[in-house]
Amino acid sequence: MADSDGRQVVSINHSTEEDVKLQEVVQAKCEGKELTKEEKQRLRKEKKQHKKNKKDDRGPPEKEKEKEKASVLAPSKPATQSPAHKAAPVPVNASASESPVAAEKPAKSKAEQRAERRARQDTERASKQGKKEGGQQSASSKPKATPNELQPVKRLPEHIQVDDPAALKKLAKKLERQQVPLRSDYGYKVSLFSHLHQYSRKNPPTQQISIPATVIHPSIVRLGLQYSQGIIAGSNARSVALLHAFKQVIQDYSTPPNEELSRDLVNKLSPYISFLSQCRPLSASMGNAIKYIKKEISNIPSQCKEEEAKRRLQECIDSYINEKIILASEAISKYAIEKISDGDVILVYGCSSLVNHILCEAFEKQRKFRVIVVDSRPRLEGREALRRLVKKGIRCTYVLISALSYILPEVSKVFLGAHALLANGYVMSRVGTSQIALVAKAYNVPVLVCCETYKFCERVQTDSFESNELDDPDDLIVTRNGKTHLENWQTVKSLGLLNLVYDVTPPDFVDLVITDLGMIPCTSVPVVLRVKNVDQ
Amino acid sequence: MPGADKETDLSERIESFLSELKRCGSGAGSLRGSAETARETTALLRRITAQARWSNAGDLMEIIRKEGRRMTAAQPSETTVGNMVRRVLKIIREEYARSRGSTEEADQQESLHKLLTSGGSSEDNFRQHFAHLKANIIEAINELLTELEGTTDNISMQALEHIHSNEVIMTIGRSRTVEAFLKDAARKRKFHVMVAECAPFCQGHEMATSLSKEDIETTVIPDAAIFAVMSRVNKVIIGTQTVLANGGLRAVNGTHTLALAAKHHSTPLIVCAPMFKLSPQIDVSEILSKVNAHCPLFDYVPPELITLFISNIGGNAPSYIYRLMSELYHPEDHEL
Repeated sequence: MADSDGRQVVSINHSTEEDVKLQEVVQAKCEGKELTKEEKQRLRKEKKQHKKNKKDDRGPPEKEKEKEKASVLAPSKPATQSPAHKAAPVPVNASASESPVAAEKPAKSKAEQRAERRARQDTERASKQGKKEGGQQSASSKPKATPNELQPVKRLPEHIQVDDPAALKKLAKKLERQQVPLRSDYGYKVSLFSHLHQYSRKNPPTQQISIPATVIHPSIVRLGLQYSQGIIAGSNARSVALLHAFKQVIQDYSTPPNEELSRDLVNKLSPYISFLSQCRPLSASMGNAIKYIKKEISNIPSQCKEEEAKRRLQECIDSYINEKIILASEAISKYAIEKISDGDVILVYGCSSLVNHILCEAFEKQRKFRVIVVDSRPRLEGREALRRLVKKGIRCTYVLISALSYILPEVSKVFLGAHALLANGYVMSRVGTSQIALVAKAYNVPVLVCCETYKFCERVQTDSFESNELDDPDDLIVTRNGKTHLENWQTVKSLGLLNLVYDVTPPDFVDLVITDLGMIPCTSVPVVLRVKNVDQ
Repeated sequence: MPGADKETDLSERIESFLSELKRCGSGAGSLRGSAETARETTALLRRITAQARWSNAGDLMEIIRKEGRRMTAAQPSETTVGNMVRRVLKIIREEYARSRGSTEEADQQESLHKLLTSGGSSEDNFRQHFAHLKANIIEAINELLTELEGTTDNISMQALEHIHSNEVIMTIGRSRTVEAFLKDAARKRKFHVMVAECAPFCQGHEMATSLSKEDIETTVIPDAAIFAVMSRVNKVIIGTQTVLANGGLRAVNGTHTLALAAKHHSTPLIVCAPMFKLSPQIDVSEILSKVNAHCPLFDYVPPELITLFISNIGGNAPSYIYRLMSELYHPEDHEL
């Protein structure tokens, strides 16, 4: 080992115990013996520690070197085992870090710090590895693992690099390896959005999968189809459906021999996630949910029996849904109802499950108000909201978004739902939301956004172009007075149809954000993210 | 008798015109553009002048006022009818004044003098008979007709001054004026157009197909995406149904949102409207009476949100519109 001398030189800071372990390992290597698993882990631990010390000595971290080391280590061992190894040291380290700390009382603080740093680095490495393998698309929505340290910018997610042929080739290769069908773009794309995918609803990727599916679990196939056809829409609904499908997957999962559940299950999930993002790009809430599950899975201790592990995971998922979605909406309703007074005229846009829940709760608590539902083509989601509210018995009016200036003078408050809250305070929501906020501001009507904290994400965006979703352009085609003008839009060379799904609302249009943690201004979103990460 | 025949023929034509007005409301995709309506109205008024029985200017004005009231009652939202009636009335006054021999200057001693000396022209009750009055009036109406026929071309001629290469232009709904404007510019320059479809009638679709046939890069966007894409738009060019006397607009629904979004991004908002759309009524309440099942047909856009009016007589700021009004219509004709 070329750098054994170097390691020895720098390992002056190490405790003597660790030195001994190191010597043993080096000896074993030199003697050509097969290193046991524990020894390999220890070796890697030492390398990381060595690098950490180097960083402390030199200053700025050299992440490229780490990645290099990671890639150097990876080929030397089978690829499937490397994330597992990286994940496994987490519990091992936790126990290992106890011993050096216990052994030396005077150097306790330093060793403790080192151990903490190591543990943090390993979790970060594990999540990074998980991200590398299957979550490239959802990387954009994962918060930083260690908020106290300044992390370098993560790699660009694939779904906004459609105009880069190299990125597309990489994706195709990855999908081939995972045996997930690649979905091709459809129709002429407006040049401003050439960096995004545009799919047609008429060819879902499920058509390219054989029956019965061998690689992809059937409940995931069904879920993918429901996403791509728009049967399940809305970020809460999508997240809940995803978590239920994962519960099913975990139920049907059986650990293959010589594998650990904590490592293998995460690998099994990667092609599923690729498939789902081919059906429809993942939402921020789904990304956070996936990150949570992967963390839970990799935290399963290796000595846990399979049944026990599965039960534990199911419980985790249930508690996530219960806490982050159901209880959160209760808390948000409580806060929001304080803001609704008798005689209010409330404007809502589209169909947000949370806003509908708030209004139904307020109605049950005998508040007197009426609702104006604003809707927009081509999705016409407002009709669903109208149905739910009218069933409750709330007085409603229905308009299209072009009638906004006409109806706004009557409105006293605007309640909007959100798809995600970005770290710079912008609200990402259904397209048209920013328009409503703009016109409401012009008429001095307060705008309240309701959003659970699990939808907060680390991404930043200033306009609706950088990252968005393009829906099927054929949705815009409509027949009026017996004529369908856009029927043959594909034949006309210079005609394009743009069907955006999301847009971002600047924080100066939003007066208040109601979350399960309380009522905060838009600009406090990064504070919440920081608090959440420290808790985790 | 030939006279009687002419009269019945005339009344028939008036009736058929009225029923056609009643039938096609604007907004639901009018079967004819406002230019056509204006031309037909003026032609009908010329016919009335030629065939109706009148002996002096006062009688003629009475007849035209009566018919004008009926026409505006048939379709209140089609303001060009009323505008043309007012133009013709002004023509009659002018011709009468010229026949009487009063100089142009006295007439042009407009606003300030007439404001202070009320009833300056009320002593003049148009009862004098002049032989060539009919011929003069008909000639003037013919001039008006030629002006009407050339409005779209006059506006399109100014296109190249305002559109340069590689611009992104946004428009909403379907305006024949804007269509001609953009097509004219596209002959020499390459630019990109985004059309907001303007639900529920979705007239933007027709506009987009028509533009793309001329090889203009067009994109159709739903109304909800107007603010989302506004940051990339360089100019907003729209047509309008009516230009109000204060410089505001009565335009298709969704225009106010478009104007606010343009204001937020400091994007210039240009309105292409020929002069016959200028209407002396500033009655904003009239808009609210247009509602049917909360599907308002029109929006009111205040003059602060508008950058420029392009009309057949050139470009104007919204603050100048009231002056143009006094050139086109006589204040006594504001109420028909």
